[in-house]
Amino acid sequence: MQKILVGIKRVIDYNVRVRVKPDGSGVVTDGVKMSINPFDEIALEEALRIKERGEASEVVVASIGVSATQQQLRTALAMGADRAILVKEEDAVSPLTAAHVFLKLIEKEKADLVILGKQAIDDDNNQTGQMLAALWARPQATFASNVALADGKATVTREVDGGLEVIEVDLPAVITTDLRLNEPRYVKLPDIMKAKRKPLEETSTEELGVARTGGVEAIKYEPPEARSRGVMVEDVDGLVQALKDRGLF
Amino acid sequence: MSKILVIAEHDSKTLNASTAKCVSCAGTFSGLEIDVAVFSTNGESLCTEAAKLQGIRKVLRVDAPVNGDPLAAVLAPQVAELAGEYTHVLGPSTTFGKDLMPRVAALLGVNQVSDIMEVLGNHEFRRPIYAGNAVLTVKADDNRKLVATVRTASYKACDTTGEASTESVSPQCEIPTHTRYVELKAQASDRPDLQTASRVVSGGRALGSAESFELIYDFADSIGAGVGASRAAVDAGYVPNDMQVGQTGKIIAPDIYFAFGISGAIQHLTGIKDAGTIVAVNKDAEAPIFEVADIGIVGDLFEVIPALKAKLAT
Ligand SMILES: Cc1cc2nc3c(=O)[nH]c(=O)nc-3n(C[C@H](O)[C@H](O)[C@H](O)COP(=O)(O)OP(=O)(O)OC[C@H]3O[C@@H](n4cnc5c(N)ncnc54)[C@H](O)[C@@H]3O)c2cc1C
Ligand SMILES: Nc1ncnc2c1ncn2[C@@H]1O[C@H](COP(=O)(O)O)[C@@H](O)[C@H]1O
Repeated sequence: MQKILVGIKRVIDYNVRVRVKPDGSGVVTDGVKMSINPFDEIALEEALRIKERGEASEVVVASIGVSATQQQLRTALAMGADRAILVKEEDAVSPLTAAHVFLKLIEKEKADLVILGKQAIDDDNNQTGQMLAALWARPQATFASNVALADGKATVTREVDGGLEVIEVDLPAVITTDLRLNEPRYVKLPDIMKAKRKPLEETSTEELGVARTGGVEAIKYEPPEARSRGVMVEDVDGLVQALKDRGLF
Repeated sequence: MSKILVIAEHDSKTLNASTAKCVSCAGTFSGLEIDVAVFSTNGESLCTEAAKLQGIRKVLRVDAPVNGDPLAAVLAPQVAELAGEYTHVLGPSTTFGKDLMPRVAALLGVNQVSDIMEVLGNHEFRRPIYAGNAVLTVKADDNRKLVATVRTASYKACDTTGEASTESVSPQCEIPTHTRYVELKAQASDRPDLQTASRVVSGGRALGSAESFELIYDFADSIGAGVGASRAAVDAGYVPNDMQVGQTGKIIAPDIYFAFGISGAIQHLTGIKDAGTIVAVNKDAEAPIFEVADIGIVGDLFEVIPALKAKLAT
């Protein structure tokens, strides 16, 4: 196999307690730590392991986002990706637009395998990989917790509600990652230096000839309905009493 | 006339509870006809079950040898074909629906609305984002087909006293052969299903080992509860992945939820915020779980659980 394409989305770091702006126009991002979407780190780690096993020759990472997304792509290069592509976009794109962008990149790069995260932890959409597979008319193996490649096929274990499902797909294909696929490596300082010399190419949706697909418009952001703080009880007797008072036992 | 198609989820034998929840959600749209599509190899008994879902007009029985396994690549072109006559196509936001529906949406050339928690209008919805840290109202284009998944924890199952008719249909489309089902590795369990149980007992990293987790199972069994876990407990291998509750696991809404030795990370809390009563037991009085718990007790779970079990038994 030749080339693996990995999606890297820049999102608010998962440790940040996200807050809605008072005017409901979005969430607070000023001064907030941004990181690679955790599922995309897992996607990149998997691609790197495949390459290190000698089953792929190149790992290309791609992101659709603002200029500052270079930071996340540099981190991805430091982790071990060979090249990066930034599709510059000032505004967030819809999952279908992102899928169309990835389809163009697949054609351009002649990628044989695409690994994306199962969901971006900002919009929690969980759509892009499935959409890409549909547009590409290729298999999808979503929520992967194990991937084995052999003879032009991938055998993928998927985390589903009922347990672990195994499917076999012909390559090329799209795989999306679940949490237990692997544990991403830490970036070492010398790698960060080396990554500065790795190629990071910039393009745009216009240059790629991708028309944006909207159709689902964000109207208003609100904080979630808060659960009120309850009662603290001293001991198990207090707990049992509280449960009985509520008619639960 | 606007029409909704709900895609049924099942295990070949019975419908998954998510189907009746999707129908409930569909029922909150105004002035729409609701049909339910059942894809399987021989859908006779599944369709009889589906026909009872309250509020639906008819069941579409889509029997085909290829429909034996829940493969998105196989089902999506058929759903897209059937969607022709509908204005809305809904599926559950279970792993089945999350896998399938975006593929359908892309075939239809539209974006999807994920995880509908409330229907404000036939094209306006509320959905959680940022692990439930925010709720977004979205407006979908009413000139396009709407494809969406339903956050099942936000809806109660509809009644099953209906008497809809069943119609056999066979969508004409090419079915890809590039994807093959191998197997489902499921752990057999007599416990109530985590996603529908009225009582759920969960354990976290604090349990320390798979052996200690027996304490959780034992207590759950004594009160007839389903069992869940935090990501940390799953990652550490104490329990299988399908027990993970949270943003990236299962979103549940039991009447009562017990969290033992779970710190209460936002990713976990988003999975339980629709629970009726949350009981938290943690030895750290500062643990964030206490900010959402209805009843909290600062203590060692290894002491609390046996005592609680004994007291609730009497
Ligand atoms: C992208 C992403 C997605 C995630 N998705 C999920 C998800 O879906 N679900 C999920 O749960 N997590 C998820 N997480 C992980 C989440 O952030 C937390 O790391 C995880 O929930 C912590 O699990 P825990 O509470 O069991 O462990 P810890 O945070 O380690 O907490 C253990 C708790 O046990 C208490 N304790 C220790 N000993 C005892 C004792 N003897 N008796 C009583 N209490 C004791 C401690 O005080 C502590 O509060 C996700 C993280 C990321 C980055
Ligand atoms: N703007 C983007 N840039 C790079 N990758 C993206 C982008 N949007 C989505 N993806 C990829 O698609 C996955 C699923 O995203 P989503 O469908 O938005 O939940 C992410 O984990 C990424 O791998």
